[in-house]
Amino acid sequence: MRYFESEVVANQQITQDIFVVQVKRNGAEAAAGQFYMLKSWDTELTLMRPISIFKAEADTLHFMYRTVGQGTQRMAQLKSGDPIRLLGPCGNGYPIAEIKGKVAVLGGGVGIPPLCETAKTLQNNGVEVDAYLGFRDVLFAVEDFESYCANIFISTEKGDEGYKGFITDLLKPGEYDAVLTCGPEVMMRKVAAMCAETGTSCYCSLEHRMACGIGACLGCSIRTKSGMKRVCKDGPVFLSTDLLW
Amino acid sequence: MSDTVKLSVEIAGVPFKNPIIAASGTFGFGEEYHELYDVGCLGGISSKGLTLHPKDGNEGIRVWETASGMMNSVGLQNPGVEAFIDHGIAQMRRFGNVLIANMGGHSMEDYITGATMLSDADIDMLELNISCPNVKSGGMAFGIKAEVAREVVTAVRKVCHKPLIVKLSPNAENIVDMAIACEEAGADALSLVNTFQAMAIDIHKRKPVFNNVYAGLSGAAIKPIALRMVHSVSKKVHVPVIGIGGIYTAEDILEFVMAGAAAVQIGTVNFNNPMAGRDILNNLSQLCQKEGIADINEIRGIC
Repeated sequence: MRYFESEVVANQQITQDIFVVQVKRNGAEAAAGQFYMLKSWDTELTLMRPISIFKAEADTLHFMYRTVGQGTQRMAQLKSGDPIRLLGPCGNGYPIAEIKGKVAVLGGGVGIPPLCETAKTLQNNGVEVDAYLGFRDVLFAVEDFESYCANIFISTEKGDEGYKGFITDLLKPGEYDAVLTCGPEVMMRKVAAMCAETGTSCYCSLEHRMACGIGACLGCSIRTKSGMKRVCKDGPVFLSTDLLW
Repeated sequence: MSDTVKLSVEIAGVPFKNPIIAASGTFGFGEEYHELYDVGCLGGISSKGLTLHPKDGNEGIRVWETASGMMNSVGLQNPGVEAFIDHGIAQMRRFGNVLIANMGGHSMEDYITGATMLSDADIDMLELNISCPNVKSGGMAFGIKAEVAREVVTAVRKVCHKPLIVKLSPNAENIVDMAIACEEAGADALSLVNTFQAMAIDIHKRKPVFNNVYAGLSGAAIKPIALRMVHSVSKKVHVPVIGIGGIYTAEDILEFVMAGAAAVQIGTVNFNNPMAGRDILNNLSQLCQKEGIADINEIRGIC
C-alpha cells in the first residue's frame, strides 16, 4: 500500500453522471475488488474518496465513478495531465483463488465497475463468467465486459434496454458455483437470499462512508456474524453468510 | 542545517524528540499508518481510546465530511484495556517513541479500575479522556462540569503513577475553570481540545445523519476556536498544555506553540494526507529555520 501522486491520462464522460478516469499506474498494485482512496484536491475537501478499481492495465488504472457529491464532481473536472493522488490498494478484494468453475458477477448501477476487473481476473484463471448488469435507465460499461464474459444479461428499470425490471429477476444462482455481487444494498440482500436458497456461495462488496480508508479510524465498521469488521480493510468483500442481513 | 533546529520538548518529565503527537482515535495503534511511513518519527502516539471492557462502537454512519472538517461518532470501538495491555503495548513499543495510552470510561469505577491497570503497564503516559461526546453515559457528563471532572481526576490520580494528561472537551461549560480544576486535582499536563458537539441532517432521508444525533466536529474549521482555548488555558495553568484542533501544517504548530502549547496533536489531517505526520515534521524543521527559531521551546507562550 502506498500514497503517491500520479498523472491523469484521460477522464472520459460516459453518461450524464458517469465518468472514467485513467491514471498512470506507476507500478502500483491492484487486485479485483480492491479500491483506491482518491483525491484531486489539497485540503479544499477534507477526505479522500473511495473508488473501486474498474480496470487494472499494464500502465494505467481505471476508475469509473458517478458524480454524487462534491468530491466526484471535482474529479469530473480532471483533464489529461492533471495531478491526482492515490492511496492504496485498499481492501481485501475478491478471493480469486477460491473461486472456480462457473460464476455470475451481478452488479447494479455504479456497483458494476469493480466487477469488470473481477470478471477479467476470473477468466484469466479459467473460470467461466456470466455478467448480470442492472441499470435504472441508461447503460454504461457493458462493452467492457464483453471480452471476459460468456453471457451478458442486461436490465433497465424503465425497460428501454434489455429486460424491464430488476436484474435479480434474471439470476438463477443454482446454475453457478458462486455469485459475486456489488451494488445497492437492497439488491445485494436479494442476491444473498436467493443464493442462500440454492446453497450458492455469494460474495458481496459493500460500501460505507470512510475517513482513513486503511483501517485506522474505525469509521466504516459494521457488525457481522464474526464480530466488528472494517469495510475498508477487512472488506469491502464479505461472504453474504457473514453479514447480518 | 536542519539538524540545528531543536525540536525536542519535555512534558511532565517525559522527553519527546519533537512536539508532534498522533491524536487518539485517528491513528489506531499506529500499525496502519506504519505501512506508509515510520510512525516512530513522530514525538509520540496517543492510542485509540480504551475503555475497561471492549466496545463495539456505534451503529450506522460514523464519519461525515463537513466544510473544512468532518464529524465522527465512532463510539469508542476498542479492544478493552486488558487486550491493549496484552497485545497493544508491545505493538506500539516497536515504534520507539512516546507511548500514550488514552482511556475513557462510563463510570468512576471503570475509570479507577482501568487507570490502575494501565498505571502498572509499560506505557509512558496516560491520557484521560473525560470528554468523548459520543458515549451516551459517562464520557460527556464528566467533561462538561469542572467539579465532576475534578472528582474523576482526583480518583484517577490516586491510582495512576504514570504521568497523567487530562484531555479536555471544548463542550465544557467553561474550559478555563475546567482546566484549573483538572490541574488542581493532579493532572501533570492537559491536552485540548477534543471534538465539538455538532450535527448533520440528511434532508433526503429527513433524519439526522448519525444514529446518536450529535457527533464530534474536527478539522480546520475548529482551529481558531481551539487556538483561543489553548491560549486562554495556557495563561491560567502551570502544567504543560498539548494543543489539538485543526492542525494541518507546520505553521499551525507554531501558532499553537506561540499560544502556549508545549506540544501538539494531529488528527483529522491524517485522513486528508496519510503522510501528514512525516510531512509536517519535515516542514517544521524547515519553517523554524526560516523563522529564525533555533529551539521550539523559545517561542512557547510568547503570544
